[in-house]
Amino acid sequence: MTGDVAEARPIAWRIGTVHEIIAETSRVRTLVLDVPGWPGHRAGQHVDVRLTAEDGYQTERSYSIASPPGDPRISLTIERLEDGEVSSYLVDELREGDTVELRGPIGGHFVWSVRDGGPLMLVGGGSGIVPLMAMLRHRASAPDGVRRATPARLLYSSRSWREVIYRDELAHLADTDDSLRVIHTLTREPPPSWPGYARRIDRAMLAEVTWPASAHPHIYVCGGTPLVETAAKALVELDYEPTSIRTERFGPTGGPA
Amino acid sequence: MTSPISRGFRGRRPNAGAAARLPPGQYETHDFPVLSAGPTPHTPLAKWSFTLGARGAPSVTWSWDEFEALPHETITRDIHCVTKWSKFDTVWTGVSIDTIIAAGAEKGIAPAPYVVAVCDGGYTTNLPLADVTGGKAWIAVGYDDKPLHPEHGGPARLLVPHLYFWKSAKWVRELHFRDHDEPGFWEALGYHMRGDPWKEQRYTGDA
Repeated sequence: MTGDVAEARPIAWRIGTVHEIIAETSRVRTLVLDVPGWPGHRAGQHVDVRLTAEDGYQTERSYSIASPPGDPRISLTIERLEDGEVSSYLVDELREGDTVELRGPIGGHFVWSVRDGGPLMLVGGGSGIVPLMAMLRHRASAPDGVRRATPARLLYSSRSWREVIYRDELAHLADTDDSLRVIHTLTREPPPSWPGYARRIDRAMLAEVTWPASAHPHIYVCGGTPLVETAAKALVELDYEPTSIRTERFGPTGGPA
Repeated sequence: MTSPISRGFRGRRPNAGAAARLPPGQYETHDFPVLSAGPTPHTPLAKWSFTLGARGAPSVTWSWDEFEALPHETITRDIHCVTKWSKFDTVWTGVSIDTIIAAGAEKGIAPAPYVVAVCDGGYTTNLPLADVTGGKAWIAVGYDDKPLHPEHGGPARLLVPHLYFWKSAKWVRELHFRDHDEPGFWEALGYHMRGDPWKEQRYTGDA
């Protein structure tokens, strides 16, 4: 093992060229990148992005990959953070044809493949949807039989309906797939006749939407620390195996934490 | 490879004092972000214990009260997370690993060249003995003059501030000597075996 590690090659920095930019919400956009030599990735992994100013100053951040394995391009969905040195550049300044340096894929724990089986329970908040979306897109690309054998549910917390990232695509995925349920909760400004949940994710909500513990769902929770702490604690109290609950946190300073 | 200029990127440079303390690729944060792979364990102090062990030798175990009776130190250090944030002048209280190893030696536990830390939740991390001895590592039980919060690894976490912070394993319960360097949880998932932030040893294969 030590020998293997010593011989491993470093994860190379590569140049990504912005092929397309998709506005997701007023604060979130997706960069679709051409990355020659990209080695492939698993749903849930992330990349390190490095920016270089004219005087040579550099800084790095981590971003989850939104595109599924096998896509010819790499998509990163970035939320502009308050005071974000890198996110404000990526969201407000970067244009089609510009380049960014990136290296990856990184992370081998918060990952899921249809080969891992289901049921798949995804719990996300805000831009915590990004690695979960890679999993849903990966699952959507599987043959019908495989998909039906791995039913999935997404519980997704957003502040308001207009801040729901991937809103139309999530609706389309759920409409065309009986084995996928998407459940939204809107924590601040639910529309007047909103029929769904309108509060932060809590234990009662998780008990209502999650498969019973006896079904042994594979659980992935991604969001800010308060959401992740609340959801993971509640799931343990509801008797889900702690080792079946994988968490990833988006810290207030940006990037998956 | 020379990095291409990011068109229109000016960035926010740290001041000279901060820049000298930031390892490559890191930025300063004033928050204390939380990172972990799964749910936060909540071990009551009455059920908590800490064990030092080695293969082929009896182990030594401290209860919480016995551990609290060991000499504690106050430690002020900068910490560096592999996810890029660094936080300066964090203040901890804890028991030096030197103290724990000396107590183990009195009970016949001989050190070996490597250690593995074992935590609640099954998390492990590996370290060379040289990185945890000589006043470089502690079992921390306090942060900012308060008991260590469970989200940040309480009741007790390893503190190895000169390495990336995943090596400072949360919820630590056991330390075992090993003759060989065996990858722990993150090290088996693509992270570096040693993790020196000044050499930017983030991932497997980094220099």
